Amino acid sequence: MFRTALRNVLAHKARLLMTVLAVMLGVAFVSGTLVFTNTISDALQKQSAKGFDHVDVAVTPEWKDAKGDEVGESQELTRALVDDSARVPGAERAVGVVTGFTAMADKDGKLIGGGFQSQGGNYWGTEDPRYPLVEGHAPKGAGEVLIDSRTAERTGYEVGDTVRLSIDGPVLEPVVSGIFTTDDGNVAAGGSLTLFDTATAQKLFGKEGTFDEIAVKAKDGVSETALQAQLEKALPSDVVETTTGQKLADDQAEAIASSMSGLKQGLLVFAGIALFVGTFIIANTFTMLVAQRTKELALMRAVGASRRQVTRSVLIEAFVVGAVAAVAGLVAGVGIGVGLRSLMGTLDATVPDGPLVISPGTIGTAFAVGILVTMLAAWLPGRRAAKIPPVAAMGSVHAQATTRSLVLRNTLGALFSAAGVAVVLAATTMDGSDGQAPMGLGAVLLIIGVFILTPLLSRPLIAAAAPVLRLFGVSGKLARQNSVRNPRRTAATASALMIGLTLITGMTVMAGSLQKSIDKMAAAAIEADYVVSMANGNGLSPDVERRLKEAGDVTATSPMRNAPSRIDGETEFLTGVDGSTIGGLTELKVEDGAFEVGGARVVVDRDTAESYGWKAGSDFTVAYEDGEKQELTVAGVYEANEMIRGIMVDTATLAPHTAEPADMLVLVKTSDGASDAVKDRLEKALGTNPAIKVQDKQDLSNEIAKMFTLILNMVYGLLAMAVIVAVLGVINTLAMSVFERSQEIGMLRAIGLDRKGVKRMVRLESLVISLFGGVLGIGLGVFFGWAAGQLLGTRMATYELVLPWGRMVVFLLLAAAVGVLAALWPARRAARLNMLQAIKAE
Amino acid sequence: MTTAPLADRTTAVAARATELSKIYGQGETRVVALDRVSVDFRQAEFTAIMGPSGSGKSTLMHCVAGLDTFSSGSVRIGETELGSLKDKQLTKLRRDKIGFIFQAFNLLPTLTALENITLPMDIAGRRPDRQWLDTVIQMVGLSGRLSHRPAQLSGGQQQRVAVARALASKPDIIFGDEPTGNLDSRSGAEVLGFLRNSVRELGQTVVMVTHDPVAAAYADRVVFLADGRIVDEVHGPTADSVLDRMKQFDAKGRTS
Repeated sequence: MFRTALRNVLAHKARLLMTVLAVMLGVAFVSGTLVFTNTISDALQKQSAKGFDHVDVAVTPEWKDAKGDEVGESQELTRALVDDSARVPGAERAVGVVTGFTAMADKDGKLIGGGFQSQGGNYWGTEDPRYPLVEGHAPKGAGEVLIDSRTAERTGYEVGDTVRLSIDGPVLEPVVSGIFTTDDGNVAAGGSLTLFDTATAQKLFGKEGTFDEIAVKAKDGVSETALQAQLEKALPSDVVETTTGQKLADDQAEAIASSMSGLKQGLLVFAGIALFVGTFIIANTFTMLVAQRTKELALMRAVGASRRQVTRSVLIEAFVVGAVAAVAGLVAGVGIGVGLRSLMGTLDATVPDGPLVISPGTIGTAFAVGILVTMLAAWLPGRRAAKIPPVAAMGSVHAQATTRSLVLRNTLGALFSAAGVAVVLAATTMDGSDGQAPMGLGAVLLIIGVFILTPLLSRPLIAAAAPVLRLFGVSGKLARQNSVRNPRRTAATASALMIGLTLITGMTVMAGSLQKSIDKMAAAAIEADYVVSMANGNGLSPDVERRLKEAGDVTATSPMRNAPSRIDGETEFLTGVDGSTIGGLTELKVEDGAFEVGGARVVVDRDTAESYGWKAGSDFTVAYEDGEKQELTVAGVYEANEMIRGIMVDTATLAPHTAEPADMLVLVKTSDGASDAVKDRLEKALGTNPAIKVQDKQDLSNEIAKMFTLILNMVYGLLAMAVIVAVLGVINTLAMSVFERSQEIGMLRAIGLDRKGVKRMVRLESLVISLFGGVLGIGLGVFFGWAAGQLLGTRMATYELVLPWGRMVVFLLLAAAVGVLAALWPARRAARLNMLQAIKAE
Repeated sequence: MTTAPLADRTTAVAARATELSKIYGQGETRVVALDRVSVDFRQAEFTAIMGPSGSGKSTLMHCVAGLDTFSSGSVRIGETELGSLKDKQLTKLRRDKIGFIFQAFNLLPTLTALENITLPMDIAGRRPDRQWLDTVIQMVGLSGRLSHRPAQLSGGQQQRVAVARALASKPDIIFGDEPTGNLDSRSGAEVLGFLRNSVRELGQTVVMVTHDPVAAAYADRVVFLADGRIVDEVHGPTADSVLDRMKQFDAKGRTS
């Protein structure tokens, strides 16, 4: 039996090639994902372990719990504590660490590291063991800094050059006194690290006289835990907390693993989709192989093979195909893994170097997935093969595909679909996060339902295309009839495409609507011409607003300043604004009272007001950062949005209680409105600071759009996979149809249909099937996009459904292109069919 | 035996093969399927081609009908020389000038009986001649079953649809490849009767390949092939006379 199965595999090379290809793509995607994520997390882990080389025990400040009316804050790590740590018998040395955001501009004035990877720190003493110098000397005072070697290499800065830096607003222009090497993860990932001398760093980062961490190195022969015990004894336990370097490395490794798992799961979902779609192709191929061999299999039954043996021969064939595909897929997967890494490398995200990791788990998964999926998909056709009666060997015609009734199937499909629609609709009436789970469940039910129903749906939908097809004469007529001839097969083929397009369309609708609503919000709520903020979202020094005010043509400015406070024993962030100008810089809907900010009068957004039970005129007591208390009055209640929310208090009211004010953003209105010249002037007024963004409303929109486009493009790229697999599926189905109808095609050719006509017939059939899948997919996608939007809409006042008609047309064209492309080879084959053999074939 | 041209001078020729050869393969695997065959098929005549398996009778029909290519010689349908035609022109010729009836019926299962009958004209984009269509449908007795699909018809009825399809476009010549091969004797007789009537009453030209002496007896003339050559022909055959000839060839074949 095994030999016959093997012979069969070899006898149908071309057709099996497609099956192999389909399985291979799925396996490749799965194993590629695993290889990529394993490699990256392995490299990151090794690197993070290296990064803790200089820390055997880390001493960090204990966090003071926020109690009653006190605003929580951390204890201070003083110089004395660093010295105490260094005096512990097991300690080799103790280093005080201060870090903070430090933006550095490259020679073109552009920010290095995109804001989030722009780090600054302190260089300890004259020779910091953490940062070996390659060149130059330790920095002295505010006028000197060290830069890391990677940044130096990338930007071309050398010792003696002046660099432009910014920490919270003002531009610093120190001289590079030296260059150091580091295995800091941020730097490896494309960021920059700038080091100041300790006193300067403390001053710049607003931590005068204190440290963020004390890194203690153990003497040779002293274990980390022993050192930790000594430190805990020597230092006041209510002020500090100690952690071993090993623990830090482990924690970071875990954090990396969990952050990678998100990406991994995302990629695996797409791999799953590709495999799911691939399953149809495999099942189709084996159905075809069995149909083709009806006579042969019946002959085997006639000469004494049992049903089980026939089934087994089909399954063995599937096993061989699956194994071959798994090997090929694994190889391709390793390629994908390598490719993804270098792709990420080119996309600014520098990926850590490290050896390629192909774990036994990856290999096992590749084989399990490839072989199991193939055998599972071949199971039904295999059983069908076993049911071929021996007498079929004597017959002269193909065993007709059983036309089992679709009643059961349709009933089941209708039930699933109805349940799915009902659950999704119910979910849309729910509130935000409550609706997510039911919505997901409903979506899955509906997709399964529609999938089961596709044979039923194929008739009316394809009939709707009849008027167009009629234009193509006989070819069109025959194509339409052929496409509904085997509804199950048409359905299986179309659903492969449907699933991909459902996801693509759903994502597009949602992203488009979200973008529009956020856009609208930004545009509608802000009256200011410019919004000034820090590149990484950190706070700006109040100095920035002062400079902006001095720039020409600026008519009004207001900061949006965060200030922690306690209200009713809860931490609440107040938003400090300029009460005299804020009204003119924003356009907020006032629902109750008046928009009036000044002295003790504040405005509150509706959600916050509701949660405290306030109305216009309510009084409440607030405890500031410094412990002082004040009675405030709600002057008005406004409708919040994504950009502006919270309790707005005049900065003058806040000022006496705030030690280091930081503005999240500054709103600016100019007499000339927004123009390039004005923007240029504002940027100049800020000293052309690399860390500060000056954005008009259009820039804000563009930034939002850019984010969505990036995400969408990634999703499109991944879903392209499902579409490729769908193309293979359509090719397969058509090849099967052409084979089964070779006699008909031969007759058509004999009675006068030319090759062009035959080709057109096959192509149109392909087009009809693909468009059928496309229309279903786009329809479902729009529905899901709408439903998800309803859910989001409950949390976003400006949410509005935007149907991306242009994109939808593109998707439909894509489906059509899939059809045309997939038909190329089968159509050629049909046209080249040897008429005589086709007619004689029995 | 010589293969003298069997030209008839009284009626026009619908199809003519001259020195027609068809050779498969080369060297040792070389097989001569047709060896310089010359034959005329006259208008309004019913010709049967007979011969043992492998005699080349089907190949002759396929070549003359423009379904297959030939190695040398010439074939004419009416005034058209087939040898020089490209596939596209050949297809058009088959569509407009030739009708076919196959052993396996070869109807499209998705089309109704009527749609199957008008298929060649649909392909050509021509409107069928309504009156003629009625005549043909009536003759083959399918009036009540025009909206049936092939699966709902018996084998005999299916072949009658095929006959109607061949006749409906008024071709210059109809070729039948064992048209009764898959039918029981009664249905076969019916189909042959229609073919003979179409020749006698409608002036149709029919060429049919068969190995059944009874079927051949319906023809006006029987041409016998053996080893790729025409070896004899009989005018006004009966089943017995055809059978006798066949036996002779068999005996000859065995002794030679």
